[in-house]
Amino acid sequence: MSKPPDIVPGDLEAPSGAPELAANELDAAPSDRRSVHDLWLSGTEAPRELGPFTDEGAQEMLAGESPELLADQTGTLVDDDYEGSGRSHDDELQIINMGPQHPATHGVLRLHLELDGETIRRVKPIIGYLHTGMEKTAEALTFMQGSTNVTRMDYLSPLHNELGYSLAVEKLLQVEVPPRAAAIRVLMSELNRIASHLLWSATSGFDIGALSMMIYGLRERESLLEFFEKTTGLRMNHNYIRPGGVAADLPSDWREDMVSIIETVESGLADYVTLLLGNPIFIERTRGVGILTHDECLAFGVTGPVARASGVDYDVRKVFPYSGFEQYDFEIPVTTNGDVYDRFLVRFEEIRQSIRIVRQVMETIPEGDYRTEDRKVTPPPRARIDESMEALIHHFKIFTEGFKVPAGETYQAVESSRGELGMYLVSDGGPKPWRLHVRGPSFANVQSLPMMLADSLIADTVAALASADPVMGDVDR
Amino acid sequence: MARPSSSPNLVTAALDKAVHWAQTRSMWPASFGLACCAIEMMATGAAHNDLSRFGMEVFRASPRQADLMIVAGRVSQKMAPVLRQVYDQMAEPKWVISMGACASSGGMFNNYALVQGVDQVVPVDIYVPGCPPGPQSLMHGILSLQEGIKAGEIVR
Amino acid sequence: MTTVPAELVGVAAAFPDVEFDSVLGDTVARASRDDVVGLLEAVYDAGYEMFIDLCAVDYLSRDPRFDVAINLVSVSQSLRLRVLVGIPGTDSKMPTVSTVYPGSNFYEREAFDLFGIEFSGHPDMTRILLPDDWEGHPLRKDVSVGSVPVQFKESNKAR
Repeated sequence: MSKPPDIVPGDLEAPSGAPELAANELDAAPSDRRSVHDLWLSGTEAPRELGPFTDEGAQEMLAGESPELLADQTGTLVDDDYEGSGRSHDDELQIINMGPQHPATHGVLRLHLELDGETIRRVKPIIGYLHTGMEKTAEALTFMQGSTNVTRMDYLSPLHNELGYSLAVEKLLQVEVPPRAAAIRVLMSELNRIASHLLWSATSGFDIGALSMMIYGLRERESLLEFFEKTTGLRMNHNYIRPGGVAADLPSDWREDMVSIIETVESGLADYVTLLLGNPIFIERTRGVGILTHDECLAFGVTGPVARASGVDYDVRKVFPYSGFEQYDFEIPVTTNGDVYDRFLVRFEEIRQSIRIVRQVMETIPEGDYRTEDRKVTPPPRARIDESMEALIHHFKIFTEGFKVPAGETYQAVESSRGELGMYLVSDGGPKPWRLHVRGPSFANVQSLPMMLADSLIADTVAALASADPVMGDVDR
Repeated sequence: MARPSSSPNLVTAALDKAVHWAQTRSMWPASFGLACCAIEMMATGAAHNDLSRFGMEVFRASPRQADLMIVAGRVSQKMAPVLRQVYDQMAEPKWVISMGACASSGGMFNNYALVQGVDQVVPVDIYVPGCPPGPQSLMHGILSLQEGIKAGEIVR
Repeated sequence: MTTVPAELVGVAAAFPDVEFDSVLGDTVARASRDDVVGLLEAVYDAGYEMFIDLCAVDYLSRDPRFDVAINLVSVSQSLRLRVLVGIPGTDSKMPTVSTVYPGSNFYEREAFDLFGIEFSGHPDMTRILLPDDWEGHPLRKDVSVGSVPVQFKESNKAR
């Protein structure tokens, strides 16, 4: 096995053993690359034209009709170009259904694959198997209860959902959170990014064939989940980041926990890099597979590590900063090949950059309140309820009717582990949202699957799908 | 309804016990992870809370090879027929654990889109509450199922 | 015409009926459904290359009843834009924007599925999230959330 690559921040080089893609592989001939408009339309499956029935012993009959067919069958015409133009007979197209219950579709995604032998001609993703009506439920819950609902959409990065929602509500309320709350939010969301990428590397490695990755990734993630449980009360779906601040302050020994988490994750990351990135089998399975070009990313609204692996330099934390991200020093890894291997490089580097941000928060976090003092928005501390009538009334109003948010609409985006997670919130002045629409990054990423998988092999479907990291809770809501 | 596990005949009583014991050893789950509970199910199978102590770390993709279906997550109206189809493909004896609040009763999503409790679609043996239930809760549910089978209370 | 950002001045001049505004720091353009495709083409040429989101809002007692909100980002200039299109409650139709931004394909299907707004010219105007035989459009305001009374089930044995 070749030496594991040393990835220096900001300098993403493939290890020396990995073959670089030749320039012409990316500039495929136009006819070989699906156009962005050529998506599978329902009802337009080509009618099957039954050609002459071929039979082993009937080759002589065809000699007159199609000399190439005969040459092909007798083996005199050797055509290595299995992807291509030489022998696609339309009557051999076959539709295979993958999912919704499938070990490798990362949730309940159903794919219709139109195959020519092993080559995929068209892909149609069918979603909706996890549609939970969360946007309708959001209209029935108060603004403070909203984060319990929203947190279950992208269930691998629940804190990002909560952060986006809370920021949107605070924008309409015109309320500022204290700097300590903003710093805690940054810390928790970066820890969530690390946890999500660890889980992604566990499941993707497992799908590609590195079965032990499942155990390694989940093992490192447990240390993060223990910290989450200590701070927020739950391992997942925390309901911790709420409009006005966060639900509780960090535990007093959080810095020791950070040190030990960082150590665990860094040693785990070194293991994954050794296991995966230099491995020739892994390189074969991921280099040049599932390519999405820069322009396709922009046209389909693909964001996140998938877009950054294709050269789109867009990260909401840098371009439209929120919650104090502008004060931290970190880099956005961007590569240009746009294949599965690059997405692994980008996500591993993002874990390192998140650790860098966590270290900076450890040093610079200010003391202060963990939620805003405005008692119309955040409930008073429980002890005050016994002492003050006003506190009791505020508590009562907030928990029964809910605080009212001025009428208006806003769109607030955060950078989740999968891309731009946006919340479009419309309020009519009441205690419940009039409309909450969540722009899930995986919805757009799943839409780009037909482009990623066009003219690839079935075995590449799993690798490409794993690298796109769709979370069906985000897609279907 | 509970059926006494001891039959009048000494030989068949011992045989019953042996059969029940065998059924609980290494029940293979069919992977039916839908949403957040699926992640906790994976965490239960991972290193910290190890399902492979019970012979259950192999989540069979094909329902024909599985005995236990852990419905982990929210079942939408579109998914319900798929759930039933997968359940029907499993061979007897088979058990169902409904994991999480959404699978047990619709959870916090009492709306048009979800089946309010997966027991409207398949018969359920054990309900594991939680949102999501931690690995320890799921383990407790699985072990309760195994005890119920050994005691003859859950009969297939 | 209140606040028009510098890079959209040309677009604003070409589409005099489109109202530009600044709402809580966001640039918002309100267009009619006849103008919207042309506006988006102009906006694309002005540098808003990335399609982010398309969603519908039901204002029930307002005329026009629905709003379709299209969010765009210019990666090269780090800017956001939101385009709002008013759609009436009867004859809820709008031309598709997927000719300009192919990424709006799934989003338009979702708006059709949940609200009943049809996008003419869309290659595949079918339901996407709900089962194909579902009747109705659940996210409309005149449709209830569909909750059922909570059933407390008897357990078969006392434990």
